[in-house]
Amino acid sequence: MKFVVNEEQQALGEALDDIIESAGGTKAARTWADGDTAGGRALWAQLAELGLFGLCVPESDGGMGGTAVDLAVAFERLGYHAVPGPYIETAALLPGLVAADVLSGIMDGSVMATAAVPGIAPYALDAAVSTHKFVVQADSIAAAESGPGIASVDRTRTLSELAAVGRGAALDPAAVTLAIDRATLACSAMLLGAGERLLAEAVSYAKIREQFGRAIGEYQALKHQLADVRVALTFARPLIHGAALDLGGPDRARSVSAAKIAAGDAANRAARVALQVHGAIGYTEEHDLGLWITRVRALLGVWGTPRYHYSRLAALLLAPTS
Amino acid sequence: MNLDLTDEQLAFAAEARAWLAEHVPAAPLPSMDTAEGFAAHREWEATLAGGRWSAVAWPEEFGGRNAGLVEWVIFEEEYYRSGAPTRVAQNGISLLAPILFEHGTDDQRTRYLRAMTDGSLIWAQAWSEPGAGSDLAAIRSTARRDEARGGWLLSGQKTWSSRAVWADRGFGLFRSDPAADRHRGLTYFLFPMDAPGLTVRPIAQLDGSTGFAELFFEDVFVPDADVLGAPGDGWRVAMSTAGNERGLSLRAPGRFCAASDRLIDLWKTGQYEDPVARDAVVDAWIKSEAYRLYTWGTVSTLQDGGDVGAEGSVNKVFWSELDIALHETALTLLGPAAELRGAPAPADGRWVDDYLFAIAGPIYAGTNEIQRNIIAERLLGLPRGGDGRRKS
Repeated sequence: MKFVVNEEQQALGEALDDIIESAGGTKAARTWADGDTAGGRALWAQLAELGLFGLCVPESDGGMGGTAVDLAVAFERLGYHAVPGPYIETAALLPGLVAADVLSGIMDGSVMATAAVPGIAPYALDAAVSTHKFVVQADSIAAAESGPGIASVDRTRTLSELAAVGRGAALDPAAVTLAIDRATLACSAMLLGAGERLLAEAVSYAKIREQFGRAIGEYQALKHQLADVRVALTFARPLIHGAALDLGGPDRARSVSAAKIAAGDAANRAARVALQVHGAIGYTEEHDLGLWITRVRALLGVWGTPRYHYSRLAALLLAPTS
Repeated sequence: MNLDLTDEQLAFAAEARAWLAEHVPAAPLPSMDTAEGFAAHREWEATLAGGRWSAVAWPEEFGGRNAGLVEWVIFEEEYYRSGAPTRVAQNGISLLAPILFEHGTDDQRTRYLRAMTDGSLIWAQAWSEPGAGSDLAAIRSTARRDEARGGWLLSGQKTWSSRAVWADRGFGLFRSDPAADRHRGLTYFLFPMDAPGLTVRPIAQLDGSTGFAELFFEDVFVPDADVLGAPGDGWRVAMSTAGNERGLSLRAPGRFCAASDRLIDLWKTGQYEDPVARDAVVDAWIKSEAYRLYTWGTVSTLQDGGDVGAEGSVNKVFWSELDIALHETALTLLGPAAELRGAPAPADGRWVDDYLFAIAGPIYAGTNEIQRNIIAERLLGLPRGGDGRRKS
């Protein structure tokens, strides 16, 4: 029993932080939102070099042979920095579903892949910049063409409906549900990272912003809201790490659903409180805060809405025992 | 990262489960806030000690099993799952004993620890005063030096003293240096509840039971041998108790996991359809699971030599709110029968009894407002001051 991230996982997180911060932190998200994807794609290539896209690919297939905990650690950092692009799709969903040549492109960073999963993530993210587009059904995967881009509440996200081209390849349904749960786990970790950043930004601001002659962080009205965000995030993280450990086991579905619900709740609370602490300045496009606020809102509804995950948990936990 | 238990740990769990299955009383004991119930719970502590299950993490010389933290969490999980009685000895075992291990003398450890494990010595806590609740450092009860007899004379009033009506001994903070302010000049004392000069007045709680009491001290003599830690160092000594109460020791995850399992059973057997309540049942499970996993993280950190520190406050806010939400959900499901108590009630009224216990959670062991201040100031680093609080 050792339920803490190990040194290598900590180092992985720090390596991601270093790369993203050296590339300008939120700059990639800002330029991506304005339609200039060069910075974001350069960052993609750097993260590919680090091994991000082969993290969950077995070493026998040329990957890093990492665990789902590694994936969760990495995606928390991506969320923390509001990194734009179809990372969940390329690094978490597709590696176990695509042909070997596509997989090797994913791992070396030359493939930026997106996907639509009807019912759970029906709009494909960033199809226009992606080199590969797939429709993933319960038992098949097919290359696809994308419709026109649709704006998202998150300005870094452009969504498209996909139409499959041809019949596609048959897949083991178990591999598909595993892949979707891995993507959901990555999304949960991203929400957690976004929530942590929102809290960090709000705390920093509360220390320097003064009203009535005092730092606003002295007021209990704000302290207690921020403390509640800390509580929510602190108790979401173990569910995410627990779900990562359960990814290959029989409790996968319930653990992943619990993680997504808790991470979404915590991140949403963080978004609301962080905005309230910042006041009007946080509501401006000029301020970075909106990057995470809108990212959180977008991620709440994909990879299973709260309703979907509550229903899945109810079916697993509350079904009458015969 | 893993949650795997060793073969030894699994065997330990199996041993605990088998023992509990054999010994846990079939019918629930009467409330420990009654004379009869207190005696029955005291007897249960002796039974536990017979199996050496009272304090598994303690050294063997004091009646423990020298077990690790992991085993302690495992035991608690088995304990709650078995439906075993509430621990009437918990003030001593969970709150005082960690301080005795850290700050006590060999003589104090010898006199008190083993007796805590077999129910022969039940402790009451004496923290709050009429003017010192959340602001614990405002303590005004005094300790005056009695050089002739080699000890101290305690005077003043303590209140909300849990277990005090039937307990054998008490522990609490008194101001030994009248010139010192706030956190300074306080001393931690251990005293017998039947000491001359000590009057215990039971206070009925909102459900009519007498779970706590007021204590009136009039020159109650305590020998030097019953000062815990150094005179004047009581605040520091006591705060380690507060950390224990808030953190790991008082609220093992087993308690919430067992309650969440019972809530799920209630849903399954009740043929309920309310979708809002259904989600609340799911939420109780999610949060219990979060608490269970979080605890394993804390155990891992402690095993690596880390410290819980102010994280205990995060923990306290979470479990106290979880406990209320979980029991409110059960009462929602029970509908009009939710208010019934005693034998005719669903589950003998356990849901409403436990609900009443749960709503005290955000108050005791440091109110949740104080915990949120600690989280904000010590974990998040927000500035102190403001809101009329004294800076100290």
